[in-house]
Amino acid sequence: MEQTKEQVNRMPRIGEPAPAFEAVTTHGKLKLEDFKGSWLILFSHPADFTPVCTTEFIAFSEIYPELQKRGVELLGLSVDSVSSHIAWVRNCQEKTGVRIPFPIIADLNKEVAAAYGMIHPGQSRTETVRCVFIIDPDQKIRTILYYPLTTGRNMDEILRIIDALQTTDKNGVATPANWRPGDKVVVPPPNTQEMADERLKQGYECVDWYLCKKKL
Amino acid sequence: MACVSPDGKPTESGTKMLRALKAGPKSPEEVARETGLPLFRVRSGLRELTQAGLAVEKDSKHELAEQGAKLIG
Repeated sequence: MEQTKEQVNRMPRIGEPAPAFEAVTTHGKLKLEDFKGSWLILFSHPADFTPVCTTEFIAFSEIYPELQKRGVELLGLSVDSVSSHIAWVRNCQEKTGVRIPFPIIADLNKEVAAAYGMIHPGQSRTETVRCVFIIDPDQKIRTILYYPLTTGRNMDEILRIIDALQTTDKNGVATPANWRPGDKVVVPPPNTQEMADERLKQGYECVDWYLCKKKL
Repeated sequence: MACVSPDGKPTESGTKMLRALKAGPKSPEEVARETGLPLFRVRSGLRELTQAGLAVEKDSKHELAEQGAKLIG
């Protein structure tokens, strides 16, 4: 029986350093380390000049000012050439009036895609699926989202995750399901029986000792 | 390259960065503040300008090279 050999790259995981890269982009040659000190959303799309991707690029451009207020940069990626990216960016502006303000990696040799596990052969052997990697200012991966080729991403959720991560980092708390900025946050659960006894006397809104919320 | 054209001349953003270096050596953060360009663009741009011989890196700061100074006058 004929066997097909296929290189399987280990996918990066939350909490690990983001894999380093140097890549050709629509804004010149960029290294991951150029983004040090900023939050970074590295996201991949299947191909230029395709309908769902175009709606996503317009949507990413629309939230770009909100991301900038939060100290977040955007970096797109697909396995198309830089000439294709430039033509597509110009076409988006011409047809929709939206200027794509962020760089896009031309990952022709699929090096970055392989390092980040962006190609899922069950979906496509040649295109990257819709991945989102949220990388913190220390260049650690903090969130990974994968969407199939047919489903465009939800920008509200991406902004919500950024707000949640930044709130968590600043205040040492967690955020509950469907949390939005301004909502109560979850106080970290106690580690000892003594702390559990004390927790209920601390004036938090508690369901029980392990689930307490507070207003920031 | 984003900051240096194939003919060796700096682009608009490259010229902005070179002008920011005119007053003396600056860190990428200082150049970003002065030009209003994103820090990642400045870091990669200064790298390109250095490779093209238009700027020089010294002690984590960049300054104009002779050729860069000539180009911006």
